[in-house]
Amino acid sequence: MDFLAHWGLTLSVFLPIVGAALIAFTPKEQEKTIKFLSLAFTFLPLVVGVLLLRVYHIGMTGMQLETNRSWIPSIGARYHVGIDGISLPLLELTLLVTFLCAIYSLKWLPEPHNPKGFLALMLLLETGMAGTFIALDLVLFFIFWELVLVPMYFMIGLWGGPRREYAAIKFFLYTLFGSVFMLLGFLALYFRASPHTFDVLQLQRIGPSLPSGIQNLIFLGMGIGFAIKVPMWPFHTWLPDAHTEAPTVGSVLLAAILLKMGTYGFLRISIPIMPHAARTYAPLIGALAVIAIVYAALNCLAQTDLKRLIAFSSVGHMGFVMLGIATLTQIGVNAAVFGMVAHGVITGMLFFIAGSIHERYHTREIPQLGGMALRLPILGGLLAFTAIASLGLPGLAGFWGEVLALLSSYNPLSALSSHTFRVYMVAGGIGTVLTAGYLLWMIQRVNLGKVPAQWEGKKLVDVQPLEMVAWAPLLLLTLGLGLFPRLIFDVTTHSVIGLTKLLGG
Amino acid sequence: MPVAWVLILSSFLFSVGIYGVLARRNAVLVLMSIELMLNAANINFVVFNLLLHSISYIGQVFALFIITIAAAELGVGLAIVILIFRNRSTVSIDEVSLMKW
Amino acid sequence: MRSVAWLIPVFPLLAFFLIVFFGKRMPRKGHEIGILAIAASLVVALGVFFQQIAHSDQVYERSVTWFRFGDGGRFVELGMHIDGLAAVMFVVVCTVSLLVQIYSTEYMRDDVRYTWYYACLSLFTGSMLNLVIANNLIQMLIGWEGVGVASYLLIGHWFEERANSNAGLKAFITTRIGDVGFMFGIFVLFWAAGSFNIAHITSVVASGGVARGTLTWAAILLFCGAIGKSAQVPLQVWLPDAMAGPTPVSALIHAATMVVAGVYLVARMYGVFHASPAALNEVAIIGAITMVMAAGLALVQDDIKKVLAYSTISQLAYMVAALGVGAYTASVFHIWTHAWFKALLFLGAGSVAHAVHSFSMNDMGGLRKQMPTTFKTYVIGSLALAGIFPLAGFWSKDDIINGAYHSARAGSSVGWFVFLAALLTAFLTAAYVARMVALTFYGKPRYDPEHVHPHESPKAMTIPLVFLAFMAIFSGFLGLPGKLNLFAGWVRFGDVEHSFNLALDAFSTVLALSGLYLGWTIFKLHRVNIDLAKSPLAWFYKLLQRRYYFDDLYFNGIVHPVAGPIARAAYWTNQKILDAVINFAGTATVALGRFVYRDIDQQIIDGGVNGLAQGAGAAGNGLKFWQTGNVQIYAAGLFVGIAVFVGVFLIRG
Repeated sequence: MDFLAHWGLTLSVFLPIVGAALIAFTPKEQEKTIKFLSLAFTFLPLVVGVLLLRVYHIGMTGMQLETNRSWIPSIGARYHVGIDGISLPLLELTLLVTFLCAIYSLKWLPEPHNPKGFLALMLLLETGMAGTFIALDLVLFFIFWELVLVPMYFMIGLWGGPRREYAAIKFFLYTLFGSVFMLLGFLALYFRASPHTFDVLQLQRIGPSLPSGIQNLIFLGMGIGFAIKVPMWPFHTWLPDAHTEAPTVGSVLLAAILLKMGTYGFLRISIPIMPHAARTYAPLIGALAVIAIVYAALNCLAQTDLKRLIAFSSVGHMGFVMLGIATLTQIGVNAAVFGMVAHGVITGMLFFIAGSIHERYHTREIPQLGGMALRLPILGGLLAFTAIASLGLPGLAGFWGEVLALLSSYNPLSALSSHTFRVYMVAGGIGTVLTAGYLLWMIQRVNLGKVPAQWEGKKLVDVQPLEMVAWAPLLLLTLGLGLFPRLIFDVTTHSVIGLTKLLGG
Repeated sequence: MPVAWVLILSSFLFSVGIYGVLARRNAVLVLMSIELMLNAANINFVVFNLLLHSISYIGQVFALFIITIAAAELGVGLAIVILIFRNRSTVSIDEVSLMKW
Repeated sequence: MRSVAWLIPVFPLLAFFLIVFFGKRMPRKGHEIGILAIAASLVVALGVFFQQIAHSDQVYERSVTWFRFGDGGRFVELGMHIDGLAAVMFVVVCTVSLLVQIYSTEYMRDDVRYTWYYACLSLFTGSMLNLVIANNLIQMLIGWEGVGVASYLLIGHWFEERANSNAGLKAFITTRIGDVGFMFGIFVLFWAAGSFNIAHITSVVASGGVARGTLTWAAILLFCGAIGKSAQVPLQVWLPDAMAGPTPVSALIHAATMVVAGVYLVARMYGVFHASPAALNEVAIIGAITMVMAAGLALVQDDIKKVLAYSTISQLAYMVAALGVGAYTASVFHIWTHAWFKALLFLGAGSVAHAVHSFSMNDMGGLRKQMPTTFKTYVIGSLALAGIFPLAGFWSKDDIINGAYHSARAGSSVGWFVFLAALLTAFLTAAYVARMVALTFYGKPRYDPEHVHPHESPKAMTIPLVFLAFMAIFSGFLGLPGKLNLFAGWVRFGDVEHSFNLALDAFSTVLALSGLYLGWTIFKLHRVNIDLAKSPLAWFYKLLQRRYYFDDLYFNGIVHPVAGPIARAAYWTNQKILDAVINFAGTATVALGRFVYRDIDQQIIDGGVNGLAQGAGAAGNGLKFWQTGNVQIYAAGLFVGIAVFVGVFLIRG
């Protein structure tokens, strides 16, 4: 137990990269071994992650399970990791979703068939994603953050759809462009802090006393980096292309976890270190968030590609998350964390389904589909269930994040204008109607109606056991988080209260 | 012996080297010209060490270093030239513009 | 019994999951699970009901904390709030749902998605019961949206036809617009009163802890939800389309599970509404407008289900308006009676359609002989709807009219408005009821006798009809005048309402009768030629003949314009203006979306991003010619560079 408390996090983060190395040394032809390795080295971190829950004290504020070792003394960078209530759900989500992706990849691998490369990249990706959520040192954070880019670039660029090269380059460059500003922000913090440090926890104590002009500038720089990753309007245009072209597993990981890195950056770094700037920029962030909600919904109405539609819907849902964050209140931030997890579960599931639809119909064009509930009742039922969860039906996971984000924007942090945020609330409310509109319309066009003539007599297989195994945890979570929201809130609330205290809320 | 003579000698050698590097088309000759330039530098090192009465003999040590590196460089360079010759039957520098845009 | 009241919603919700996962493997394809669950709920509901009326002064409230989302009062409960209102609703919902499910075993017998149908029914009922039992607004919202999604699934049950899934979509989206208002109302109350708990909110409001302006906002926002769900003007457009669903579902929607949710919401939150006269007036006015509009529309429908649909809107408006003028008990009493006779009418209509395979009254006529049970029960239901003494509808309707009159006499101009609207609606209601019965069961058969052979429906369908007919006759006796008014003791807001006014009741009865008479005259006696001398209404027929010139006057002076151009204009307004706005809003939004996507997102925003990348590429393209590949040119550059640097250093010393 003591070992777990000190090195459990490290273990869960670096086991996948060990797996990736082992896969790299396995001959290409031994596909079974490779698949087994990928399964084992995503399952082991998950086991570690579950065990971590036993040593994690749920009722405590502040960082737990910390490890703080010297790493690059010359610049003061340390190997400092730890989790609190905000990062724990995201870490567990990362470990779970990657494992599910590994299960799914046992049978369905994108063309060109090359399990060795693909699965090794997936494991590498897991290390990057999980590491981002536990890093408490800006240099370490930056390295994990950038580590994510490369495997995802190759996943899209090598195993993607027809416009994969365009999408991959766009993804890479756009995110890299943002990281440059982020890095500048980190460096500025380092040099402005006395003593010079990259340690997030120390900076949380030092940062708030920085002059407000400096805070604003640094916040803006980092904000661009995080905002591109979220993605916030108007930095979202890489997302639909990346999602549309990425292979199924890539889309799932992108939607379920990569996007959360941006919002997590705001919560872990920008806001607690620079509370003054957070208050300054909150109205702007809120405005961009509601624009994203309404704008994404309008765009969804115009989509004919299923994956593109889901991608745009992600922009809208992340808008709700950002709206919650922008209120800077307990409820808002809590809603945001819940919304992050819920979006990961639901949208990840939607991308799985979209992938399976493509697998069967070899098209994702919505007008060509139809009557799926008749031909493939289980797949159709799951699509309907997930889409309804996505539109925020109470009792399912999507609801709490949305409704509490709107609730908090009725009464934001006292330093913010409640009139402005009430306008945001109303716009967000309109957004929920539009969201219901496009999702139900999508269900109608894909699921309902008669089966189009071109699919008559074609052999279409309904959901297969392996798919069910890979999806069941997500489906259960969709229902479970809706019925038992305390699964998340009990973990997050204390940390969120700690965070909002820094803001004077 | 005035310093100037030695300097004139080394700069002459160096200029010959530059000429060789820039004007000759044969890769082997270019490599040899580079040797000339290195040796010009060696002469300077040795002479200035003498002149400055350096007890640590840094100049001499450096000259030895350069000789070693020159040998290694020549080894690698000649290997490349031979490989190019095997593949293309020519050692003319004009015809191996592989790094062109 | 009240301590286990939480079982009432749990049984059907559990049944939903059981049916979804195991229904197909059950011998009866899952309907036994649904029926058993709702029967169990009904048993508990009856127990709760009787215990509640024995202690009608107590409110029974229990709750557990569901989850916390912040410190202080930021938590959500799961709880139950049982008072007379809830107890009555339990009985109504469970009974109607049970009857509908029994009825459906026959009506839906060969349906392609029989099991799924039963699962949705259970979800529908369970959500409604959850809405009813809720002691806090969030739990209520969950039930509320659950009802919405279940209705979406059921209305679009036969989704192979585009029109049906369109109807489901329309229902969900239209009500969702109201729901957003409801949600905002919850927010306002949460921040004003510091809790989602209804009892807590009510007590804070009662002690004057919330500013009047905030209250009015909260009440109006909540009422937006009610407007959507209860299909009041201007969001009533979805309900007629919702007839695309199977008929038993319509019965469930109209009698018990969906549309009364709006009325229930206003009744449940009456403490908030009561404290804001402005909001109450708004409620009353919306109700008054809706009841007249909808009743007028019901007069011109050919589809029997659409007649009933508009009738429901109109009757709901009665309840809403009653709440608006302060007649709380009367309103809930009308929910109670209306549930029985409206369920009866829908199931009866389904029975008729089962026989003639059409819902158009143009394909019916003269069915009373072939379908005696359906016919008798249908007539009872119709008369109850028309508010004929001593059937159930009479008592509740007149309580409402009395309440409006009471409010009007107290000096409220809105009260007068509601009063007059209610009287007019009573008249119109009777008229369309008469027309509906005449066209369906009387006259010459208009169906094709070659292919259609009407027959009485099987037992599983007629037994619910008979039971409902029984309730349609006797359920009103709970609200007899004066001391005999048991219902007023069970369900009340503040003091017991005793609003009985013999003269007024006589007047409204006359109105209803003349409405019936009018409808009968037009649709039975003139257009359709059958031997009425032998019908039970022969005396009525003779009376009509003696007063012939009156009929003429009615025809040309009132009825024809009302039933013809005016009603058609109302229908036209409904279809071409209100409905068109909704449809246009949909199309325009899609067009806007397309424009935003194509011209702004792809062209400008994405174009900018691509432009940057292309710029970088072009720069590289221009500079690449420096890269000649000739080592000697590079070396020359190197030496020239060194020479320049050396030169510079020499010159500058």
